[in-house]
Amino acid sequence: MKGFFSSALARGLFWQLIGTLVGAGLVTGIRALMGLSATDTFFFTEPAWVLGGFIGALSFLVGSGVTGDWIKWARGIDTPDHHEDHHTGWEKFVNVSLDHKVIGIQYTLVALVLISIGGLFALIFRTELAASELQFLTTDMKLFGQNGPQLYNTLMSLHGMIMIVSILLGIAGIINYVVPLLLGAQDMAFPRLNAFSYWIAVPAAVILLSSLFLGGFDTGWTGYPPLSARAPVGMQMFFLGVFVAGWSSILGALNVLVTVVRMRAKGMTAMRMPIFVWASIATSLIALTATQFIGLAFQLVMFQRLFGMGFFDPAKGGNPVLFQHLFWFYSHPAVYVFILPGLGVISELLPVFVRKPLYGYRWIAMSSLGIALVGFVVWAHHMFTSGMNEYLRVPFMYSTLLVAVPTGVKFFSWVATLWKGKISTPTPMLFVLGGIVVFLMGGLSGPPNATVSTDLHLHDTYFIVGHFHDTIFGGFVFPFFAAIYYWFPKATGRKMNETLGKIHFWLMTPSFFVLTFGMMYIGLIGMRRRIADYDPALGIDTAHLVLTIAGFAIALSVLIFFYNFFASIKKGEKAEGNVWNSRSPEWQVPSPMPVHNYDTPFEVVGEPYDYGLKDGGYVKFIEEPAKKGKH
Amino acid sequence: MGHFVIVGILVIVMTVLTYFGLDAAGLATQMHPVAASAQAAPIDQLWHWEVMVVSFLFALIVVPMIYSLVVFRQKKGELKDGEHMEGNATLEIAWTVVPLIIVVIFAYLGAYSLGEVRRVDPNALVINVKAQQFTWTFEYPEYGFISTELYLPMDQQVVLKMESADVIHSFWVPEFRVKQDVVPGRVTEYRITPTLEGRYKVRCAELCGTSHAYMENPVVVVSSDAYNVWIAEQVKIAEESKTPEGQGKVLATKYGCVGCHSADGSPLTGPTWFNLYGSTVNLADGTSVTADDAFITQSIREPNATIVEGFPSPSVMPPYALTDEEISNLIAYIKTLK
Repeated sequence: MKGFFSSALARGLFWQLIGTLVGAGLVTGIRALMGLSATDTFFFTEPAWVLGGFIGALSFLVGSGVTGDWIKWARGIDTPDHHEDHHTGWEKFVNVSLDHKVIGIQYTLVALVLISIGGLFALIFRTELAASELQFLTTDMKLFGQNGPQLYNTLMSLHGMIMIVSILLGIAGIINYVVPLLLGAQDMAFPRLNAFSYWIAVPAAVILLSSLFLGGFDTGWTGYPPLSARAPVGMQMFFLGVFVAGWSSILGALNVLVTVVRMRAKGMTAMRMPIFVWASIATSLIALTATQFIGLAFQLVMFQRLFGMGFFDPAKGGNPVLFQHLFWFYSHPAVYVFILPGLGVISELLPVFVRKPLYGYRWIAMSSLGIALVGFVVWAHHMFTSGMNEYLRVPFMYSTLLVAVPTGVKFFSWVATLWKGKISTPTPMLFVLGGIVVFLMGGLSGPPNATVSTDLHLHDTYFIVGHFHDTIFGGFVFPFFAAIYYWFPKATGRKMNETLGKIHFWLMTPSFFVLTFGMMYIGLIGMRRRIADYDPALGIDTAHLVLTIAGFAIALSVLIFFYNFFASIKKGEKAEGNVWNSRSPEWQVPSPMPVHNYDTPFEVVGEPYDYGLKDGGYVKFIEEPAKKGKH
Repeated sequence: MGHFVIVGILVIVMTVLTYFGLDAAGLATQMHPVAASAQAAPIDQLWHWEVMVVSFLFALIVVPMIYSLVVFRQKKGELKDGEHMEGNATLEIAWTVVPLIIVVIFAYLGAYSLGEVRRVDPNALVINVKAQQFTWTFEYPEYGFISTELYLPMDQQVVLKMESADVIHSFWVPEFRVKQDVVPGRVTEYRITPTLEGRYKVRCAELCGTSHAYMENPVVVVSSDAYNVWIAEQVKIAEESKTPEGQGKVLATKYGCVGCHSADGSPLTGPTWFNLYGSTVNLADGTSVTADDAFITQSIREPNATIVEGFPSPSVMPPYALTDEEISNLIAYIKTLK
């Protein structure tokens, strides 16, 4: 425990608290001098909480020490290029490290923590939905200044945004850990910026969660004004948390792009890059250029609340629909940020377990870029009923349906990859296959939402909720688990338990099908999104009970995963060699990976997925490494 | 060639099974629930076509996947790799171009279907709709009365001119299939031609705050004769309610007070009006006050001045700038609720 209290994480959190109090105190003092009210329902006034939250985030960064080198450089003090890590074991992950592998694991761990919190929130409101009428989130109950239905809205809204942040951190985790290894680089292009991108996400998550305790907010993760302009002070913490988290995404994406452009191994031409690298490029391009829009949209509402600027207030000439355009200009491409790395993981792992080249490598690579580009011109399909210009709905219908084409290319290529392979199905492969089928369900339930007239019925119902969860589980959650099972031995030198992994898969997958198919079904019948209670006359009580049971089954399967994950770190079966018999460079050296990656640089001499060819590997080490990992 | 023939047959079988499976669940030939508007017809038709294509595409991907998993499984102890196939440009072009054509066809059908849904009848009946947290009110401008129930005559196009008093709401009657947001600061339009008699509900589909789930009002489709009878009744009621109590009741509907304040003692977002007048009200600050004219007037004009015990602070109710006459009518109405 002593190690924890002196860690960067604990120091950061301590300084975040101090910074918040100082910032809030400053505003409170100024307000008192101006003769304005100094306190409010949640002790500080809203402007005080906002400045406090902002200064708290900055204090976290300085206090944790992640900006230490930059501050020294600004003062004219030199620091060494590399900092050798003197922390061992778990302490490595709560302290600042510049090693991309440590940062990748840090991202992954925080993503898992947030998934647990977001999942817990989902279980709470899923339980409330098990039957019509309010059972425990009643109007009589009070918690954190909210009654039951208000708390329901807060939990439901936070479930959305916490999961989104956890997905962003999860993909950053895989990309950070894997991409430099695949490229043969020693680290990311900007190791300090990389650490900064990770550490700024921590105070962002804290600010986001603090909204629960400051009256919550009742707008859903979309935060549409005018509702968000009236919500309690928790709304501001939500906006601020997302604003700060956006920096992590933008800076992380910049780092990935520079790393891929500048640090590839000798001979790694564009069309010889591992396919996951292509997916990382596509996702980073979106994250680098679109994230600003959600930050901006939320900042405008913050200013509307703080300074009375009527951007979206019709009484002052503002336009509430403008917010929706700005919001979806990021938030639609964002779903491609979430799924493209997952689809990359599927394409990366499939050839290994099929023992066959990836079918149509170039087409898959280009389809990722295709999805990313088309993804920028489809945003208004979230607004078919919003009251925007009527005729604009038709071009957005065309562009949205176009996304089906590059996505279809991926599916057909995956099926062709499986065809006539020699398929084995250890746990990572199960999750890859599960991901394909679940993503297919998401893909096929998409077009009815894209064609305007059918969407007039489906919009804002549980059909959309089911469709969305299918795309995200298929495009992120299943591949994320596949990636963890697959690269776990690379990080730890041990394998996760195969039996527990299979139980995890076979419990989660059927439950998930029941959950999302059931969601779509009740949505068609008339179940609206984001409601705490539903009309018993709809006759969907039984369906909701089944959905709740399925939700708990998924939670149980994830608990089994957590047990497996933490138990295998110490007790897993030793796996120091090329456990999956992969051609990829990171598996040609022993696990766990050495601190500065490859002791000997490698050169690319072949295609990445040439399984089935007798001779010719993908990479050749320029001098034969001391001990080769092949058994 | 054997593999392809088997997979081809299985794909057809699976397509048929998927389609009839969805049909058995009542999800193929029409979207659930029963269709009650002329606009539902082109929407359900498009949905039906989509379900057919979806069934086929589902089979087209899942069947070869499962077939491969069974037939091309690595045998125990086998270490050989699969066949070295890198790709086939013709095939890739085919599965890019064919879906592209299907997509364009569906976009065309979608636009056509939308055109059908939005077909304008110049003689449409106009009804004004006001949405506010957490209720709907309907004004029949030809007759000058307002109602909390939306009565519609069959086989007559109606155009709803919708306005919001506070935040964004969305007008959705599942049986009509069509949904339209109601946005503050503008009038949005909802055209519908009811075709089936029945009692339905308009359900707010855009999250609008604490009691969003309960923002549902009755929508009643009746024959045109029954509609005329109902109109005549409503006009008569409006005539009779020229008394202060009657006017107060109209105002309570018009301003949406009834969305949060019940007249029968049931708990809603705000305190009930049942037995309110003259009673002793406990406040959140521990004091208590008698609900007289002054208290009620202040509670309407400055909802934050006092907070009743058990209700959130700050109040979720916006201030209402009503005239003295309107307030005295409202109070007259509240007095009758005993």
